[in-house]
Amino acid sequence: MSVFDLRLAELHNRLQNKQLSVAELVEHSIKRISDTDDKIGAFLALNEEGARKEAQSLDAQLAAGGERGLLFGVPAGIKDNIVTEGLRTTCGSKFLGNHDPIYDAAVVTKLRAAQSVTIGKLNMDEFAMGGSNENSAYHPVRNPWDLERVPGGSSGGSAAAVAAGQVYFTLGSDTGGSIRQPAAYCGVVGFKPTYGLVSRFGLVAFASSLDQIGPITKNVEDSAYVLQAIAGHDGRDTTSANVEIPDYLSALTGDVKGLRIGVPKEYLGQGIDPQVKERVLEALKVFEAMGAVWEEVSLPHTEYAVATYYLLASSEASSNLARFDGVRYGVRADNPANLIDLYRRSRSEGFGPEVKRRIMLGTYALSSGYYDAYYKKAQQVRTLIKQDFDQAFEKFDLIIGPTAPTPAFKLGEQVGDPLTMYLNDICTIPVSLAGVPAISIPCGTADGLPVGLQIIGKPFDESTVLKAAHAFESQTGFHDLRPALS
Amino acid sequence: MSITIKEVEHVANLARLELSDAEKEQFAGQLNAILKYAEKLNQLNTDGIEPTSHVLPLANVMREDVVKPSWPIEKVLLNAPEEEDGQFKVPAVLE
Repeated sequence: MSVFDLRLAELHNRLQNKQLSVAELVEHSIKRISDTDDKIGAFLALNEEGARKEAQSLDAQLAAGGERGLLFGVPAGIKDNIVTEGLRTTCGSKFLGNHDPIYDAAVVTKLRAAQSVTIGKLNMDEFAMGGSNENSAYHPVRNPWDLERVPGGSSGGSAAAVAAGQVYFTLGSDTGGSIRQPAAYCGVVGFKPTYGLVSRFGLVAFASSLDQIGPITKNVEDSAYVLQAIAGHDGRDTTSANVEIPDYLSALTGDVKGLRIGVPKEYLGQGIDPQVKERVLEALKVFEAMGAVWEEVSLPHTEYAVATYYLLASSEASSNLARFDGVRYGVRADNPANLIDLYRRSRSEGFGPEVKRRIMLGTYALSSGYYDAYYKKAQQVRTLIKQDFDQAFEKFDLIIGPTAPTPAFKLGEQVGDPLTMYLNDICTIPVSLAGVPAISIPCGTADGLPVGLQIIGKPFDESTVLKAAHAFESQTGFHDLRPALS
Repeated sequence: MSITIKEVEHVANLARLELSDAEKEQFAGQLNAILKYAEKLNQLNTDGIEPTSHVLPLANVMREDVVKPSWPIEKVLLNAPEEEDGQFKVPAVLE
């Protein structure tokens, strides 16, 4: 068993009792990455020297009897669209292939304050656009459960690194499902918090009204620890919510008696793999046995969510990505004829096909004559989708369904068909459009591949989501399954 | 509705992208498929429905109008593709 299989409390005990040092944890992480990453491809940049120095400093601090932070000594990986001062941040794009940020994202500052150690930056679909991690400009990430399959996207590197035991936990970002879907495919725990709970300062924007940072871990308790460390108001982010942050760990009581669960019939209908459906129904029986009650609910606008999402997200992306112009950072085309030529050629050389496709779609949807027909219409349907959740939450404490309609698919299988690829996000996108919190936890396997259970909560009710997820986990133990990766 | 190559060229120009002929063909096909799919939103009557651009009520964050130290110029220019005299350098804007 790897030390990274230990729960955080146990890891901290061992550090406290001098059975283990932070330096050993960091070396373990570096060795594991060096042993496995040529197969997986989860990392884009390593911070070996910095991590070793940080480990020495933390060990010295512990020896001197200093205070221990919430994530003391824990090796972490960070998705490559979250900026880290002095540590290369590319967003999985050639455009930022030489980009060394001059400041830390708010979450990185918070991880430092909690005394976690950053090991490196994790591979991703370019600018977080994709559902398979095949859109990275560098190399695809492979699923540790089956190297011929995708790890999911766009936080595929973040999910695969945890599944492969390369780091203790990672941060990902979720716009339409990019934390939850790869967590489901890789058999780990991925939590997208309520929109606004975690600061987006320093997260390279894809679709600003949807992007949210969250933890990827091996179990729910660790997810609560990381969320505790990164949640909170930030005056540098206009979309940061000023709400009180509860003690998430105290929510992990194991008691779900009387909890009311709604199960959307649209999430278990057409297009859902029969084995995935079966695992979800079995999970509901576990909740029933623990004293929770569930019944079917309808979220009638689910079938419109994917179209709504791709119009809104692409529109916001076309606006956000206008900043990549070759002037202040990133790629610059050689010998430009004039400024427009500089913009045009720099962007064309720097962006990959999926990014160009979404910029084109977004520019089209926002262009004169089409704004009302596409963009405004999608915003109105977003209202209807949000109302579906509001109504369901009048009756239920949680909504539960699958995270993804199928287990991980094979590399290359869907790459030429963007629409089919987009439909993989059918169960995660409505949640993103409504801005509510949701976690994906392992709930068994289908043909040897992990299946994710999605637990969705009311806005800012992360505690109930964590409570239910933790109770399920302690009854089943699916989170302890590991890929047979040598 | 079908997107023509001419429209693809127009949108690429607005988006400041330069596309090869093969890319234009490919995007025309893919955008048509995606937009055709998006037309399913027209099945819904949204008369009188307020658009949601954001799930949270947003308020601009204002700071006091006080002079504060900023990053040093060399740090700001650290990632500049081209610089001169402490400024980002671009091709001439005026002929």
